[in-house]
Amino acid sequence: MENYLELLKQDIRFVEGLKACMNCGICTAICPAAEFYDYDPRKIVDTVQKGDNDDIEKLLKSETIWYCGECMSCKTRCPRGNTPALVVMSLRTLSQKLGFFTESEKGRQQFAIKRTVGENIFKYGYCVATYAVRPDMHREQGPVWQYILDNSRDIYERLGGKIDELGEGPLRKIPEDAKEELRKIFEITGGTELFETIEVHSKKKAAEMGLQFDDEGIDNEYFIMTFTSSEKKHTY
Amino acid sequence: MVWRDYQKEIADDHFFYVRSCIRQSFFPGSEQFFLHLMRDVLGKDVYENPSHTTCTGIGYHADVVPFSTIQTVIARHYALMKEAGYKNIAISCVTSFGIYTEILETWKHFPEELEKTREYLYKATGREFDVPENVVHTSDLVYKFRDQIAAAAKYPLINKQTGEPLRVVEHIGCHYAKIFPKYGVGGAEFPQVLSGMIESWGGQVIDYPERRHCCGFGFRQYLVQANRGYSLSNTVKKFSSMKAYKPDLVLTNCPGCTMFMDKWQYTIKEMEGTTFGDNGESIPVLTYEELAALVMGYNPWDIGLQIHMVQSEPLLRKMGIEFDPSDKFRTKDGRQMPIPKNLINS
Repeated sequence: MENYLELLKQDIRFVEGLKACMNCGICTAICPAAEFYDYDPRKIVDTVQKGDNDDIEKLLKSETIWYCGECMSCKTRCPRGNTPALVVMSLRTLSQKLGFFTESEKGRQQFAIKRTVGENIFKYGYCVATYAVRPDMHREQGPVWQYILDNSRDIYERLGGKIDELGEGPLRKIPEDAKEELRKIFEITGGTELFETIEVHSKKKAAEMGLQFDDEGIDNEYFIMTFTSSEKKHTY
Repeated sequence: MVWRDYQKEIADDHFFYVRSCIRQSFFPGSEQFFLHLMRDVLGKDVYENPSHTTCTGIGYHADVVPFSTIQTVIARHYALMKEAGYKNIAISCVTSFGIYTEILETWKHFPEELEKTREYLYKATGREFDVPENVVHTSDLVYKFRDQIAAAAKYPLINKQTGEPLRVVEHIGCHYAKIFPKYGVGGAEFPQVLSGMIESWGGQVIDYPERRHCCGFGFRQYLVQANRGYSLSNTVKKFSSMKAYKPDLVLTNCPGCTMFMDKWQYTIKEMEGTTFGDNGESIPVLTYEELAALVMGYNPWDIGLQIHMVQSEPLLRKMGIEFDPSDKFRTKDGRQMPIPKNLINS
């Protein structure tokens, strides 16, 4: 069995994020996630600090590590200079590397994020762009959003935008050579490998769950499940 | 005034500018007004290279982009900056700003990460970079030049009907100074970046219990539909807390915060019929560039207030701004566009 604490220590965010925790709980007091989810960052840090391999494995397969919103408010408040959110980020990275993320409902959502924001990076050179925000997936955007999509060119032209055109300006088209440099950076630094890891484990999980899975796109049962499903009780 | 220990050095001129994915999608007029203000009004040199890309920050904070990857993407931006001869960087996005500061601090504490990033970038692109001398968020610059904006004010933040200062809630994005307080004006404890603008332009800053609470973005907690209860609940918490203080507007410096505090007000109204402003209205949420432009007398429809979900007419009337309703949904060359239905406050 792998020693999970040793693997975590290879992530400098973990080294930076956990010095010595005295369990005061201020991180939990300030945490927006702890207010609405059944979530306690103090307990996560305590579990990792104790170093019990079985307990850390449970954590890596749990819903708990996926509740943090990475607002980083805990960084400001910890009297010992720890950053529980950085500990959570290193746990999430390890959970994905080891394929444990598909064991939890919230962890499985990494597939939905990879297929949307992740792939936008290669497609458009942006994480988010107007034309990639579908109203049926973002009803909170309200009626103004469909209006913006229906009238994009006129709206962005008046506001100085450069939608889908080369040159300077908001929403300009990112040149192909710049996107190619992004792809190479992802290949060399492990970004592409993480994308592939998410895909491989998600495909396996979809088969286990008997859900349709396509190698591309978001119109498949597994994507829809990971994007919309909230069947477990996550709140207090 | 900001106490000396909480001051931030903000360069005066010559900036390499990097855009925000969310701001250019939802508030393109704000980014363009910032450039107009800096270049045409203040006579500053701000350079944009069209080849710069996303910083990948939303992917990083949603845990699908590794730290090594984002460090190298940022390093590519520094390389473009070096190639153009700039040493100061002005960052439009607060998520990006937090990442730039996190990476600078990482390179200070873990120099081997800097060396590894240099190797990765050279291998991937053949480019080389220098660490910047001055890292600022674009709201830092509007703060720095706030008194020059005040001197040019046509419509100060005064309620024309009562003569009283407008009551303004300021909301600072968490990643502006909660991660590394020394990079923010006033740090995490006494942030002045927005309140300084409000006071300079004649308004009154409102203090309220949840003033420093997160807007609720939470990255994966919004990006995935199943999680949006987290995001919405945090916004409800903030607005419920500020309601009793009767704000005339909310001023933000973060792309996500502006968008969420605007759009979630619509959602809450649809779900529960709840509104947080006076007379059953919702509270306009503005970027600092939008507010600067209004104060300076620019046409609100040229900066994009019409593409918010919560419309700003109640605020415009309070400020005594003369605006032409028939110009609101027209193209740049004056052609009438369709008029969207069911916007709030309109």
